[in-house]
Amino acid sequence: MSARTVRRRIVSGIMTGLVALLSFLAVLALVLILADLVVKGASSLDWNFFTKNPVPAGQTGGGVANAIVGTAIIVGLAGLIGLPIGIGTGLFLAEYGSGRMGWTVRFLADVMNGTPSIVVGIFAWSWLVKPMGHFSALAGSVALAVLMVPMIARTTEEMVRLVPHSLREAALALGYPRWRASLRIVARTALAGIVTGCLVGIARVAGETAPLLFTALGNLNFTTSIAGPMQTLSLQIFTYATGPFEEWHRLAWAAALVLMALVLLLALAARWAIRQRRGAPPAR
Amino acid sequence: MTSLPLEPLPPRPADLVSPPDVTSVGLRGVNAGDRIYRAALTALALTLPLLLLAFVGELVTNAWPSIERFGLRFAWTSVWDPVAGVFGAAPMIFGTLASSFLALLLGVPLALGVAIYLTEFSPKWLRQPIAFLVELLAAIPSVVYGLWGVYVLIPFLRADIVPPLRAVLGWTPFFSGVFYGNSLLAGGVILAIMVVPYIAAVSREVLRAVPTTQREAALAMGATRWEAVWTAVIPYGRAGLIGAVMLGLGRALGETMAVTLVIGNRHDIGMSVLQPAYTMAAAIANEFSEATTNLYLAALFEVGLVLFVITVVVNALARLLIWRVARGTAVGSRAL
Repeated sequence: MSARTVRRRIVSGIMTGLVALLSFLAVLALVLILADLVVKGASSLDWNFFTKNPVPAGQTGGGVANAIVGTAIIVGLAGLIGLPIGIGTGLFLAEYGSGRMGWTVRFLADVMNGTPSIVVGIFAWSWLVKPMGHFSALAGSVALAVLMVPMIARTTEEMVRLVPHSLREAALALGYPRWRASLRIVARTALAGIVTGCLVGIARVAGETAPLLFTALGNLNFTTSIAGPMQTLSLQIFTYATGPFEEWHRLAWAAALVLMALVLLLALAARWAIRQRRGAPPAR
Repeated sequence: MTSLPLEPLPPRPADLVSPPDVTSVGLRGVNAGDRIYRAALTALALTLPLLLLAFVGELVTNAWPSIERFGLRFAWTSVWDPVAGVFGAAPMIFGTLASSFLALLLGVPLALGVAIYLTEFSPKWLRQPIAFLVELLAAIPSVVYGLWGVYVLIPFLRADIVPPLRAVLGWTPFFSGVFYGNSLLAGGVILAIMVVPYIAAVSREVLRAVPTTQREAALAMGATRWEAVWTAVIPYGRAGLIGAVMLGLGRALGETMAVTLVIGNRHDIGMSVLQPAYTMAAAIANEFSEATTNLYLAALFEVGLVLFVITVVVNALARLLIWRVARGTAVGSRAL
């Protein structure tokens, strides 16, 4: 074997090792972040944390019950607004999306998918908060829905497009009208994929903070009124992380752990949902 | 009709013509249910364009006083004085670009390493777990990254990374000055971790779309496995890989919470990565609620408009590049 061949083999070996090392580093970053969340957050998780509201600054104790309920309400409402529009748009793109309008909507969805969430936040402020005259959870939900729609529209479209044509043709041949074939046969077959897309979309917005800063604003008290300001876990973490008190930092870590667990659960549920479909394409 | 037009075809009897007509009528949706279904879907799909119109409309209207007052000066003057009513966003634009550039500098090798390892080298059983774990990085909320950045990353940088960096590179303008913690460097590192999952996921799809024959041909010529990757696979997917990087850039440009927490929020242009900086998104997050005058508010809206336009351009370019390689696989919109 010539020296040149040996050198080439060595380079190949080194580069293989290098890319393996880089992959290891990326995974290590995740492990470190998750480990820090657990180490610094878990000790503060107790019954009070989940059932009490925040106490005035300087006092110890208190919890984030208002933020947990607020997150559920704001994200749930965002889903109520965003999911029908997103799924409808996705079905439109898959069923009627070959023309000029389909192309336009698809392109705009991709454009909006990359829009910075803070810009969506100030849009929701000037569109809803300013005319209404006060901050509100509803405005926050709309901002999150705006972020959700393009994402869900594109995944729904992809999932519906994966359904074999023969299924639709069989339904039409049996005399189904097109709308029934589309809903009962095609959309139903793609259901697992659509649900996955929705769960991923919800998981994505559940951790958002920037669009809520000037819409839901945050609230120290427990409230279920969507017409007024409301606290979420993400806003609470931001407030506590930037505050001067040790106690706040401790609560910030605990709240971050809870938020992370929530997002992970949704992400895992999404993976589980896609596995439920027979013959699903291998998950990425 | 494929028959040659030798003679005009005899007109068909009516009962033979009707069946195809019925089918096509049925498919086009003369059935009442079909018409309603199509109208409902169209109405839902129209929401998106209308929303975008409202979006751009609101941004431009709100930013107008500032656009009118400062014109193009807004983008390259550095004075940001709310009291005097003078606004120039150059330091934020610089900070946004600088932190994103730093993020790509650190994040791209990492992400490409992951993508190359997973598509070309890793044992099969490792592929799914690693891909899943790397993608989980995208599931971590931005504000959690910020919290981690402030209380874990910055102390780590201060204790273990910056002292050796300064010892070696302290003489260059990029590493001069005192390191307080909140800095361009901290912002860049956080952003690098945040863009890795996006760039890695799309690059992986792009590399997977490279035909196996490319690899086989290179190997058959006697290339080592790395040479096959470097000379045959990567050049083939180059446009898509650049697209993946630009998609990551789009993410980094608009990232708000994590950056706001660690970058230091100083309205100044400096060469040193150890110094605090400012980004457009951070400026909006910090100052929007204290913008008391109309002009101040308008200036912040103009910042948002500039940020929006930049990300739209970057994203559109990215998608065009990705489509060129991985046509029809719609990668990118799938990144978690």
